[in-house]
Amino acid sequence: MQSVVLTAVARIFFTIILTGSVWILLRGHNEPGGGFIGGLFGAAAFATLALALGVETARRALLLHPVVLMGIGLFVAFASGVPGLITDASFLTHQWGSLAGIKLGTTIAFDLGVYFVVVGGVLSFMFRLFAEDAR
Amino acid sequence: MVDRVVDFSALLVVWPVLIPILAAAVTACLWAWPTAQRAVGIASLVLLLGASLVLVWTVASEGVVAKQFGNWAAPFGISFVADPLSAAMVAISGLLAFAVGIFALADIRPRQERAGFHPLFLGLIAGVNGAFLTGDIFNLYVWFEVMLIATLGLLVINRGKAQLDGALKYAVLNLFGTILFLIAVALLYGATGTLNMAHLARILPGMEMSPGLTASALLFLAAFGIKAGVFPLFFWLPASYHTAPIAIAAIFAGLLTKVGVYAAFRVFTLLFEMEGGFMREIVAVVAALTMITGVLGAAIQWNVRRILSFHIISQIGYMLMGLAIATPVAIAGAVFYIIHHIIVKANLFLLAGAIHRAAGTDDLRKAGGLLKSHPWLAVLFLIPALSLAGLPPLSGFWAKFLVIDASLRVEAWWLAAVALVVGALTLFSMSKIWMEAFWKKPVLVRATPRTVPAAFLIPIALLGAVTLGIGLFADPFIEYARVATAALVDPAQYIAEVLPTLQPASPTGLAEIIENKGAVQ
Amino acid sequence: MTLVYALTIAAYMGCGLYMMLSRHAVRMILGLALLTNGAIFLIFFAGRMGATSPPVIPRGIDALAADAANALPQALALTAIVIGFALTAFAAVLALQTYRALGTLDVREMRAAESLGAPDAPSSGRVKSDG
Repeated sequence: MQSVVLTAVARIFFTIILTGSVWILLRGHNEPGGGFIGGLFGAAAFATLALALGVETARRALLLHPVVLMGIGLFVAFASGVPGLITDASFLTHQWGSLAGIKLGTTIAFDLGVYFVVVGGVLSFMFRLFAEDAR
Repeated sequence: MVDRVVDFSALLVVWPVLIPILAAAVTACLWAWPTAQRAVGIASLVLLLGASLVLVWTVASEGVVAKQFGNWAAPFGISFVADPLSAAMVAISGLLAFAVGIFALADIRPRQERAGFHPLFLGLIAGVNGAFLTGDIFNLYVWFEVMLIATLGLLVINRGKAQLDGALKYAVLNLFGTILFLIAVALLYGATGTLNMAHLARILPGMEMSPGLTASALLFLAAFGIKAGVFPLFFWLPASYHTAPIAIAAIFAGLLTKVGVYAAFRVFTLLFEMEGGFMREIVAVVAALTMITGVLGAAIQWNVRRILSFHIISQIGYMLMGLAIATPVAIAGAVFYIIHHIIVKANLFLLAGAIHRAAGTDDLRKAGGLLKSHPWLAVLFLIPALSLAGLPPLSGFWAKFLVIDASLRVEAWWLAAVALVVGALTLFSMSKIWMEAFWKKPVLVRATPRTVPAAFLIPIALLGAVTLGIGLFADPFIEYARVATAALVDPAQYIAEVLPTLQPASPTGLAEIIENKGAVQ
Repeated sequence: MTLVYALTIAAYMGCGLYMMLSRHAVRMILGLALLTNGAIFLIFFAGRMGATSPPVIPRGIDALAADAANALPQALALTAIVIGFALTAFAAVLALQTYRALGTLDVREMRAAESLGAPDAPSSGRVKSDG
């Protein structure tokens, strides 16, 4: 899209929206938010970049192929269930611990996996739509 | 640090789902290396087959196996339950996935692999196994959706005009079916307050069939009917199955409709009753019409894949016939029929791919002379074809015999007559393929016959050997079907495995509201 | 109040069903989206949602408040929303690709799948077979 305003602020928006998406991801356990909606916001950040500066820029910003990102996300979510095998012989039993006063658990790993899957999934078809639209 | 060895056997009932999901994740990560994807795919299918066989062995010796996810006790958590029917379905699907995986080594082209065949295929297998093993009705909906997304991805893997057109029709009709499923689950939850199948099986017999529950039962029948491809709802099947590549069409034909049949069996034996009431007549009429329309639709076709697609519909009618009659003999016959048909139908689709490779065309009018040029292929074709038509001593004979015998015992003469006539017409279709593709002189004579790759013939031979085995040594399989039927008809062990205490510890939320104030209609 | 909710959901689903009967592929997909949302409303309604407090245990207290909302329909609805989103997105992209490939969005004119190997398609080059 040929718009000077959008091109100028695209990178700033990208950073802000991406930071916001990570914040939504992290707050999701006790308050509204979570992996799914965080992932949608993250995909929106990359979509803004693609809209303003072209699909190639957005692909390079993503560093990985969207499907690879989906695979990594699925693997991380799967791995978050594995510690339950050791303690309880049951998949997806979440483990909790405390690090410097902050409660941490395998649920954040699961949510991170969901985040990656959503970002990868939405971008895998969004990049193709943008690319075809540009032709 | 780790003072307890990881107990892999405790998760026996969950491995058939976890292995394909993990493999799908790994193959998605290996996006840029197709050879690595292929290796991971085949390795995971071997592991899956092993896990499925161990599961069947355990269930056959110890009875129902159940596992709760996240260590939340039922009915609050999601349970995975393997009773004899589920274990048999998982084993058969594992065998089929392995065979199609080998076939796909020669059939799937690099362009299709780049479009994501392996993650989608493994995701589909994960969804199918999840649907077979789950003990929670909403989780069944989720696995149906996983299957649907993977199926849609596989249908458009070629992105040609016919594929896109077929995929659009498939998508719209199946999406509508899953929406009906969701509405049925919502109504059931509203009436009972729980989603766990074992808990529902405990509560529902004591409740009278309110309009909400009746609507829920009928919507379940409609949703599973769309998924299975029964009479007025099957039109997505002949619109889309013949457009997909053969390996994909084989896994669709073998598994997808049978998941719908399995879900119908599970819901209408565990949750709702088929006895008293109007459901039996409806299902019986639907089954008869399904059989007839399927075989008549196939009789007119000249394209091998279209003939086989219509035959899927016709054979689904036989399985529903067993459900409609609902005596233990009938259900045992239907269970045996499902097991026999999965293997035979997928084998026939793989053979259609081999015929295409050998004759150069799918159109029967242009093919010919394969008996002379590929005699082994002819022999391998006869096994599943005659088994589908129901000739002794192959597995189809026993399956048809059990189902028709059950219908004669309840004096449903018209149903037995329809089944016999449809069997004769099935034989007509199979002999049409035989005569046009194998027997008649070739339309265009070639000096040297085209080669059919070994990766095609190995899975076809494997599945043919299984069909022969089931046919010649039918006794253990029929005995297993009887055990599975006993578990379906009397689900006491199923309920006891999932809900060990006589009453749940503390009913919560909606269940409590309903028990205290009575269900809102 | 129950009747008002039921009639509203029914009207919503009716609109979705009417749109699904259209010839235009995009209207069909929008109709499916409406139907999915109607089913999700039905999940809420079946879960007896009313004016209650969120199902979150506040800090310092051990158990849920007595009038907290039922958390299970919320989980079901969220799952259904995610699934519906994925399927609607896929269907939209599929409609776009179909339009690009077939040149039309009128489903009555899409005959590519049915004419593939159809029995009434002319079979060229057929020599009379001798049986």
